[in-house]
Amino acid sequence: MNKVLELKNIHKSFPGVLALQGVDFTLREGEIHALMGENGAGKSTLIKVITGVYTKDEGTISLNGKEVSIKSPQDAQKVGISTVYQEITLCPNLSVAENMYIGRTKSAVQNWGKMNEDADKILQSLDIPAKATQQLGTCSIAVQQMVAIARAVDMDCKVLILDEPTSSLDEQEVAKLFKLMRDLKARGVGIIFVTHFMDQVYEVSDRITVLRDGKLVGEYTVAELPRVQLVSKMLGKDLDDMADIKSEAPESQVADSAKVIEAVNLSSDQGIKPFDFYINKGEVNGFTGLLGSGRSECVRAIFGADRVTSGVVKKNGKEIKIKKPLDAMKAGIGYLPEDRKIDGIVGDLSVRDNIILALQVMKGFFKPFTKAEANKFADEYIKLLGIKTASADTPIKSLSGGNQQKCILARWLLTNPEYLILDEPTRGIDVGTKIDIQKLVLKLASEGMSVTFISSETDEMLRTCSRLVVMRDRKVVGELKGDDLNQTMIMNTIAGGASDAEA
Amino acid sequence: MENKTSNTNFFKKFTNKIGSMTETNLLLTITITVFVLMYLGAMLFLQGGFLTPQNFFQMLNENATLIVLACGLSVVMITGGIDISVGGVTGLVTMCSAVYLGEDSSKSMWVVLLIALGIGLAFGVVQGLLVAYLDIQPFIVTLAGMFFAKGMTTIVSTKPTDIKHEGLMALKDTKIVVPGMSYVNSHDIRLDSYVEIGVLIALFVVLVLFVVLRWTKLGRSFYAVGGNSQSALMLGINVKRTKFLSHVLCGLLAGLGGFLFLLHAGSGSPSNGGGYEMNAIASSIIGGTMLTGGVGNIIGTLFGVTSLSTIKTIVASAGLQDGWWTGITVGFMLCLFLVIQSIVVGRKKK
Repeated sequence: MNKVLELKNIHKSFPGVLALQGVDFTLREGEIHALMGENGAGKSTLIKVITGVYTKDEGTISLNGKEVSIKSPQDAQKVGISTVYQEITLCPNLSVAENMYIGRTKSAVQNWGKMNEDADKILQSLDIPAKATQQLGTCSIAVQQMVAIARAVDMDCKVLILDEPTSSLDEQEVAKLFKLMRDLKARGVGIIFVTHFMDQVYEVSDRITVLRDGKLVGEYTVAELPRVQLVSKMLGKDLDDMADIKSEAPESQVADSAKVIEAVNLSSDQGIKPFDFYINKGEVNGFTGLLGSGRSECVRAIFGADRVTSGVVKKNGKEIKIKKPLDAMKAGIGYLPEDRKIDGIVGDLSVRDNIILALQVMKGFFKPFTKAEANKFADEYIKLLGIKTASADTPIKSLSGGNQQKCILARWLLTNPEYLILDEPTRGIDVGTKIDIQKLVLKLASEGMSVTFISSETDEMLRTCSRLVVMRDRKVVGELKGDDLNQTMIMNTIAGGASDAEA
Repeated sequence: MENKTSNTNFFKKFTNKIGSMTETNLLLTITITVFVLMYLGAMLFLQGGFLTPQNFFQMLNENATLIVLACGLSVVMITGGIDISVGGVTGLVTMCSAVYLGEDSSKSMWVVLLIALGIGLAFGVVQGLLVAYLDIQPFIVTLAGMFFAKGMTTIVSTKPTDIKHEGLMALKDTKIVVPGMSYVNSHDIRLDSYVEIGVLIALFVVLVLFVVLRWTKLGRSFYAVGGNSQSALMLGINVKRTKFLSHVLCGLLAGLGGFLFLLHAGSGSPSNGGGYEMNAIASSIIGGTMLTGGVGNIIGTLFGVTSLSTIKTIVASAGLQDGWWTGITVGFMLCLFLVIQSIVVGRKKK
């Protein structure tokens, strides 16, 4: 097969970050090529270099064997590289046909008849269920995405980049999109498919390129790369090594204790499949899976942070109504969110005010704590968690990430919850603080608190959790405990191809 | 029983038809329907002047300036911006022209037109540059423009000046008979309906803009930028230039509006054009232009102006002459149309 697009030795750095280090990438005519990697692996940077959003520091890009220089998205379009982004980049107020042709015609006058006719022809040939004259905003997201693809096809693109195209589509819509992708493939278009859905990669792709930490891990055909291998390549853990790591997971200390929190058939508007979940008193468990597999969405559903669409949450066997986070807080549930900058800290408030915030909310804003009370709480937890701050009056934003995290942890501990959810509590903080937090989690559990711990680092999960719920593509796909708690089993379950690994 | 099902079928077809309309066309239909119903209602219940065709044409005579200003605003609003300097520019144009002409009939009227368009263009270009290329909020830029224009007007002159220029007066008094629209007045005298020259110019502007917005690349770019400027950029549209041109066009039309004001009123005064920007915005909205951009139609704007004027006349003829009644009614009407717009936009997506 002819090589359509060839990238060689691409380097790109941002202040303080080497985003791409010597990455090669080859796209052949008429193939669907998946680009895989965890967040931060450099997928997006690579795509942006190809589409001209970023300029590369070093390396060459060749199209059909000729080197090209791409300086802007317009340049990329001109040489035949089109991109369909996750967010629709079309105008919802214009008709389908206009969206396919606007910004491309040279003539100053618009010929509606011809445009609609041409558009209908293309829509028909690609089997896209839309009319040329329909307003784009009235089409479903999937159809809008297909219209964007139709535009790209009509611009005679050689390379089509689909950046997370399926993240907001349902199963039937995904099937339609895949059919369209296969049609285009048959026409000789080279497609770069970026996604974090493993099943989808194996369904449509011919080849997979894996990136990790800005470096090329390798290019494989789908047949030669079983799922579990793919996961191990993405995570950067060698399968053979992993077999040797023995689980350090502590035994479930209070095995037969009652279920403190139980969720039955729970789902939310964030697209997770209904799941069951429980946690015992004094237990530490966790959700694991690749980024985007729905770990956070699960706990957010339990906490009422997203709109719950089905299922019930029970506490000590009794059903409780959680419609918003305050309901959950009153039921004794605490939630430390994934992104502390967005959901957690109030940057301009002092450390003290940030610590007492959750308790204040539960007490009601019209019954403020006295200064003495607030100081007492703050000082107690600053000491307990070893928060490094000049004083309790310091604005929290001037603290380091690890210390900010401890403040938020303190905020929830202060409410004395029976069940604490920690979503990525150790991301972006130094090793010492990480270990502090892990120790604290185990200590809290031994005192009878139930904790759900989510982390991208599997080691950390293995060290703290006695039971792991495994997720893939927004679905709970397994639960591991006891002897099954080890890297290999986790990876097998994430990959969903346990048989591959055993073979 | 059978009757009932055919009724529901009809209803279904009707709602389907509405469902498949674009927002722009749906809002246009609503505006025209409201205007026609309102006018027919006035003819039926208030009678009097509403029964003579001249009533309708007089409404156009009075509002030629507003039509032109509202057209300019519609273009800016479709592109996602706003321009509140147009009333100020209109006032400035009338004042400059009046001072230039004075009582001297030998001066050229073309210079007056040039003054009008020049001032409008200058405002449009400067405001357009600031909005499009320096990314400043259009509201703030044109607010500054409005204050500047009003200030300049009083610098040029503070006292109302009547124009005695013969050529201009002749133009002002020219009445163009509308064929087939003669009527008999209460003294049994047959009269012809007429419009002023300004109305012809205003309608010409409406026609040209309609064509531009519907059939030219530039016109469609206005819609695209207003719909989603980020997407428009990705689709290969020069977003900055499009925004810039929308303001230039609006400024130019504000200048022309000043010229038409002169043709209708025949005087320059610091109070000329006062509040016109707000009336123009209101007309645009009633005409189906959305403040959020991307939706609007120039024919709708024309009907927006006539609707606004009709409701004012109705309120006055109903014996509620006090200014605040007009204000209350217009406020209510505007509110109603904004609600309709939000319902239209919130229509269930298919």
